[in-house]
Amino acid sequence: MWRVGTVVAFHDETATARTITLEVPDWPGHIAGQHVDVRLTASDGYSAVRSYSIASAPNSERRVELTVERLPNGEVSPYLTQEVAVSDRLELRGPIGGWFVWRTQQTEPIQLVAGGSGIVPLMAMIRSRISAGGTAPLRLLYSVREPGAIFYRAELQALSNKDNPVTVTYAYTRATPKDWPRPPGRIDAALIANATWPSNVGPTCYVCGPTSFVETAAGFLAGLGNSPDKIRTERFGPTGDRK
Amino acid sequence: MSSTAYDYVDGNAAAGELSRIFATDVTAAEGQCAHCGAIKRFAEAHLYMQGPGIVARCAVCENVLLRLAKVRQRVSLDMRGITYLKLDTSQSLESSG
Amino acid sequence: MGITSRGFSGRRSATDVKLPPGQYLTTDFPVLSAGPTPHVPLDRWEFTINEGTDVLRRWDWKSFRDLPTEKFTADLHCVTRWSKLGTSWEGVSLDTMFADVKTDAPYALVHSYGDYTTNLPLDDLMNKQAWIAFRFDDEDLPPEHGGPARLLVPHLYLWKSAKWVRGITLMHEDEPGFWESLGYHNYGDPWREQRYSGDE
Repeated sequence: MWRVGTVVAFHDETATARTITLEVPDWPGHIAGQHVDVRLTASDGYSAVRSYSIASAPNSERRVELTVERLPNGEVSPYLTQEVAVSDRLELRGPIGGWFVWRTQQTEPIQLVAGGSGIVPLMAMIRSRISAGGTAPLRLLYSVREPGAIFYRAELQALSNKDNPVTVTYAYTRATPKDWPRPPGRIDAALIANATWPSNVGPTCYVCGPTSFVETAAGFLAGLGNSPDKIRTERFGPTGDRK
Repeated sequence: MSSTAYDYVDGNAAAGELSRIFATDVTAAEGQCAHCGAIKRFAEAHLYMQGPGIVARCAVCENVLLRLAKVRQRVSLDMRGITYLKLDTSQSLESSG
Repeated sequence: MGITSRGFSGRRSATDVKLPPGQYLTTDFPVLSAGPTPHVPLDRWEFTINEGTDVLRRWDWKSFRDLPTEKFTADLHCVTRWSKLGTSWEGVSLDTMFADVKTDAPYALVHSYGDYTTNLPLDDLMNKQAWIAFRFDDEDLPPEHGGPARLLVPHLYLWKSAKWVRGITLMHEDEPGFWESLGYHNYGDPWREQRYSGDE
């Protein structure tokens, strides 16, 4: 049930986050939003398991991309973001999850709300939508500490330049770009109301990030009239790390 | 005396362990809390996973829904806190679309 | 177990110190919980010793803090395999708290705020083996580590050292607590590696 993936490439998204591309020969395929469990084993048998969302869209190649954020007291993330080298092998279990997923057959408007590293599974959804085509329009509200913390910056920039089905709104909690209209601060009801689909168009909402962010954002979405079953959530825990 | 430490994750995080045991995805399963009667998807449960076992609690009343411990080669599972779980067994465990 | 991850050692320290079997030394202090951290205002905190429906002793925070305290050092061994050595605490010995308690009940069931319980023989709480601790590392015990007060029974696995302790019920028949009822060992001696029921 544990598969072995080989690192074929990696690149840094930010000063603390790295995307790792793994080749997994027996990968069964995945749906956007799913995650994998990664297991690391030391030479004395000590092992640690952590969950990471899949960043890549479903594809026919046996490749999976994970984006890992390095946590200050992390046990696994420092290794994955600083030590891992091409041709290293990692054990993976998955893909996991059937609720926090976006399937290409879905045609309704999609509202994505990301807090920090919560962007990872939502990026898989965006990539899946772009590569599969279809008609579902997407909005993304992406809350980060400061501009340097944005993952997939160039790709998101390209999406907002073209005539495309994804509209991206950024919110900054600690420091904004120069001349940014909104002062730094956490998301609030007004921002959610302005940046997200009106509930009467019936969007399916996906909210991902630290637990406190998810509870807050999901609460605002519900307050705007989105029904609980249309708000799907994935909580990464108090520091943004899952497990 | 409740916590606002947001120190839990959710049912998605336990899916690796549980979906293997149930042989199908558990996060989309609708379940009912045996204590307060709330009906929610398992993905919405509050999961405490850092201790000797996994503890899933109702997002509404915080009572224990299920507990899981890996005891040598066995998995010990207590589900007294769930009245029912509706599992979709039509999907294969490894679903690709 | 499958492959080994090149260069991975995890959050552990090299050591020549003798640890219980299967344990790894750690320098941080992991926070492990089965549920939300209760927040117990000190003006509502109490600790009781009960037997059946009888409350044998009760302390509020003030009367508890009026009791003589001890500073002590303890090695902590968690069943999840981490050990943290030489931790410093201040607390009230269970010998002090049981000084005027007369009972022939052999077992104790420890209750925490929230729904956590753990069981152990009363003898293991006596004879300088256990404390109700309220200070760690020269500071008030923080909530995530069991504050305002937790039980500390260092000679057993750390799940027996109930956080957010609220009382002890004396029992004539042993009753397994939260983890014991799920398959963890009823006693839990780390030096005999009694992690799971059936371990000798």
